[in-house]
Amino acid sequence: MYFDLSIPSQLAGALIPDLILVIGAMLLLLVAVWGPASMARARLTGMLAIGTCVATFGAVVWLWHAQATASVGIIAVDAFRWATDCIVLAATSIAATLMIDYSEREQLVSAESYVLLLLAAGGMMLLAASRDLIIVFLGIELMSIASYVLCGLDRRSSRGAEAALKYFLLGAFSTGFLLYGIALVYGATGSTDIGTIGAMVTGANFNDPLLLAGIGMLIVGFCFKVAAVPFHMWTPDVYEGAATPITAFMAAAVKAAAFAAFLRVWIEAFPGATAAWVHPLQWLAVITMIGGNVIALQQKNMKRMLAYSSIAHAGYLLVTVVVADSLGASAFLFYLVAYTLATMGAFAVVIALGEPGERNQEIADYAGLWTVEPWLAAAMAVFMMALLGFPIAGGMGFFAKWYVIDAAIHAPHPQTVLAVILVLASVISCGYYLGVVLTMFMKPRPAHAPAVRPVPTGTFLVIYLSAFTLLLFGVLPNGFVQLAHDSVPISLVGAPARAPVASAASR
Amino acid sequence: MQDFLVQINYNAWILPALLLIPLAGAVLLLALGSLSPDDGTLETAPSARMIALVIFVLEFVVSMGLWWSYDPGGARWQATYDHWWIIPWNARLSMGIDGISLMMVLLTTVIMPLAVLGSWTSIRTKVRSYYALMLVLTTGMLGVFVARDLLLFYVMWEIMLVPMYFIIGIWGGERRIYASLKFFVYTMAGSLLMLVGILYLWNVSGVPSQNLPQTFDYDRLLTIAHTHKAALWLFGAFFLAFAVKVPMFPFHTWLPDAHVEAPTAGSVILAAIMLKMGTYGFLRFAMPLFPSAAMTPWVRATILTLAVIGIIYGALVAMVQPDFKKLVAYSSVSHLGFVMLGIFALTLQSVQGALMVMISHGISTGALFLLIGMIYERRHTRLIEAYGGIARVVPLFSALLVIVSLSSIGLPSTNGFVGEFLVLIGSFRTYPFFTFFATTGVIFAAAYLLWAIQRILFNALDKPENEHLTDLNARELTMMGVLVVAIFWIGIYPQPILRRMEPSAALFVRSVTQGQLSVHTADRGMR
Repeated sequence: MYFDLSIPSQLAGALIPDLILVIGAMLLLLVAVWGPASMARARLTGMLAIGTCVATFGAVVWLWHAQATASVGIIAVDAFRWATDCIVLAATSIAATLMIDYSEREQLVSAESYVLLLLAAGGMMLLAASRDLIIVFLGIELMSIASYVLCGLDRRSSRGAEAALKYFLLGAFSTGFLLYGIALVYGATGSTDIGTIGAMVTGANFNDPLLLAGIGMLIVGFCFKVAAVPFHMWTPDVYEGAATPITAFMAAAVKAAAFAAFLRVWIEAFPGATAAWVHPLQWLAVITMIGGNVIALQQKNMKRMLAYSSIAHAGYLLVTVVVADSLGASAFLFYLVAYTLATMGAFAVVIALGEPGERNQEIADYAGLWTVEPWLAAAMAVFMMALLGFPIAGGMGFFAKWYVIDAAIHAPHPQTVLAVILVLASVISCGYYLGVVLTMFMKPRPAHAPAVRPVPTGTFLVIYLSAFTLLLFGVLPNGFVQLAHDSVPISLVGAPARAPVASAASR
Repeated sequence: MQDFLVQINYNAWILPALLLIPLAGAVLLLALGSLSPDDGTLETAPSARMIALVIFVLEFVVSMGLWWSYDPGGARWQATYDHWWIIPWNARLSMGIDGISLMMVLLTTVIMPLAVLGSWTSIRTKVRSYYALMLVLTTGMLGVFVARDLLLFYVMWEIMLVPMYFIIGIWGGERRIYASLKFFVYTMAGSLLMLVGILYLWNVSGVPSQNLPQTFDYDRLLTIAHTHKAALWLFGAFFLAFAVKVPMFPFHTWLPDAHVEAPTAGSVILAAIMLKMGTYGFLRFAMPLFPSAAMTPWVRATILTLAVIGIIYGALVAMVQPDFKKLVAYSSVSHLGFVMLGIFALTLQSVQGALMVMISHGISTGALFLLIGMIYERRHTRLIEAYGGIARVVPLFSALLVIVSLSSIGLPSTNGFVGEFLVLIGSFRTYPFFTFFATTGVIFAAAYLLWAIQRILFNALDKPENEHLTDLNARELTMMGVLVVAIFWIGIYPQPILRRMEPSAALFVRSVTQGQLSVHTADRGMR
């Protein structure tokens, strides 16, 4: 299948999944607001939103399977886009599933939240596809504005309002940086198309001050969105204040999409200026890995702990941006799959154990969970081990970290020091991930602890399917490794970083 | 026997079977409800310990075939098994044993049933989970000893941490949470740098021009020459992982905590098997893979110094411990110092001696921990000063404690003597200076153990609580009987064991001292 992107109808063809999603969101808006607001209607909207995600997922897989290609244009039609889309859509449908159960517990009637989730997902898919800085900006805005509203969803919660306002102000500020960066890069190169920029930015002219300032601004803008230290200040408050399913959505999907755009822009537009950005990005990765992990050690609240842990993971993912080659892109995708499953699963457990009013979310509240809910405790242990990157017990988490370390060591300019810092940072993370495990398994259940409510079906499925997938592909990751290996941005296809292995490894 | 083993094609399936049997047992216990809220106390789930014992005995019986099927003349891998695993990365489930692995595997399968017997009555809560974790632990430990693929090795190396972490943290003593976390973090911190090292090795192992893909295969990684600088860094990464596990002198602080807080079986497994993984790692990976680093004079001098410090420091600290379990824990630091001395002295005798110390330390220290567990169950204290004169009350216990202690000290005709003697005479040829100081460790060992025995068993029977202690029962006598037989058998006739280890030990010494191995010696034996 081939799309000529200069013809509008074929451009629309290449955007079929995105169109399905956005049109679905529009229709859903009608469903959501038609008639009086009620729990049943919100629930129906949620179900339909999941259905829309599944339909979009189907379209993505169809185009992926058909190995669609396209002429060079403003959007990319390649496996990297499809893989990112799949991760984003999976995260969105998980978030919607959790939202249904969560709003029933909190008596939160908000059918519009599912529409906003879908719109945010639309922005993310645009980010995954963008080969033009203007599209990057559009995607980021669509995603961010929907997220700001989602944070303030619960109008009764003052912390939710604080989170939304904080997120909005800082998010708008960072978008300003991004836009200014785009403008400066345009000024330096005369184009917003990242392929053209890539051709313009070569070793000879990369020290043009206009370009350097532009790259710097772009780094700041992207690092805000992915919550890298020192641009992470908004994260813990926003993550703690927002409704838990939304927190999960932001920790997994928002981060994934922003990183996908970050990575693609860096791979295609600025390889010629590596010398200019590699050191700042290295330092950002280092302080993010260490800072996120060290601060997470101090946390008493589960959501805040997971927020700082997501900052630490942004640091690990920044390593793949520093590498910015095909191996880095593969490692990035594989890491995202494991990270999304583990993070979403952990938040699902937080939801399953939470009490109305977002109570019972301190780590200490999990004491002795094993003695009352052994399977839930075991699943949570798997998610913690996966985030820690421990083999077998943490399933795919280990191979994800492994892949990133491999990408770092095998890069054209080996980042062995970054790899070493990555593993040392992982050691620090033992402290809080194992802290949860030991609280659940080794501390006695306090007498006044509330009885665990029956886990709602949707949350139940999310928890155990995530844990099962992590474990299964943590023993035999063949399929995902191969998929990640093949899913690099189209500009990198045909430039394999290493000798093909699969053919030689005969059965 | 050999004919029978050939007939059933024993060598082809034994190693995966050894890994799968405990795993299947764990699944069985899990299916019986080890994850249900009421996990079963000793009274409600009496079958759990029986199932575990049956599986461990089965494992032991099955593994004993290796004793006969192993060709003592072969220095390289035998009973090999190879299966695809992660195809895109060319990681394989490849296993095999040589003389060194053989003895470690058998040590494991012998100790594990005894560890179950040691927990027979002392583990009273959540018994199903407990025995399921012990079974998983066994798979991990055996996997470390048989892996020929570095990724498989690493995964096994890490995975065995989890069950031990839970065993210490759930069934341990008062400070169990602190001890288990310390154990986990120390070991993980050490081994993560090894992971980077393994990845580095993997990356340099591919030669695109010759269409050689990257590999984790041990034999091929042996043939890769590194620059001296790279070898030093890599050796350092592996050294840290193994030195923590051994534990060598400045990295040993997790050990007394873990040992003291762990339940009896946990201490037995830690001391008898898990500490050996560190020294096994030096023998199998750190030194043969990076001979130029291991042969660097300052590296060897540093490690030997640490080993000798460990021998003397461990012994001196053991001497002043009021807690008998902690005393034995520190004595492990001292004994493992002998192993490191033997390994790095790099003569055939010293390496063979180190291997013998590894085996006999497993038996003697395992037995000591079991005895401590028995007396603790009766008296609920491990403080030496709480006893005194109990030889008259519990004569069988006392006789066994004396025998085991003497073997730990290294009395001739017991297992302890063979190993330490070989280490000392072997090392004296290359490092007389270090050996001189190491020898004092033997004297200190006699001092701290005999003094402790005197205070526990002899002296005056002045505590009324001690007057009505019951002596050992049939179960306890059975498990100690097995160990005492092993103590004297190895002490008097170690030849069958030495004979099986000798070619592998010789190959180790040759490969480290003369640099690279010849490539094409792999896979002898009946396949």
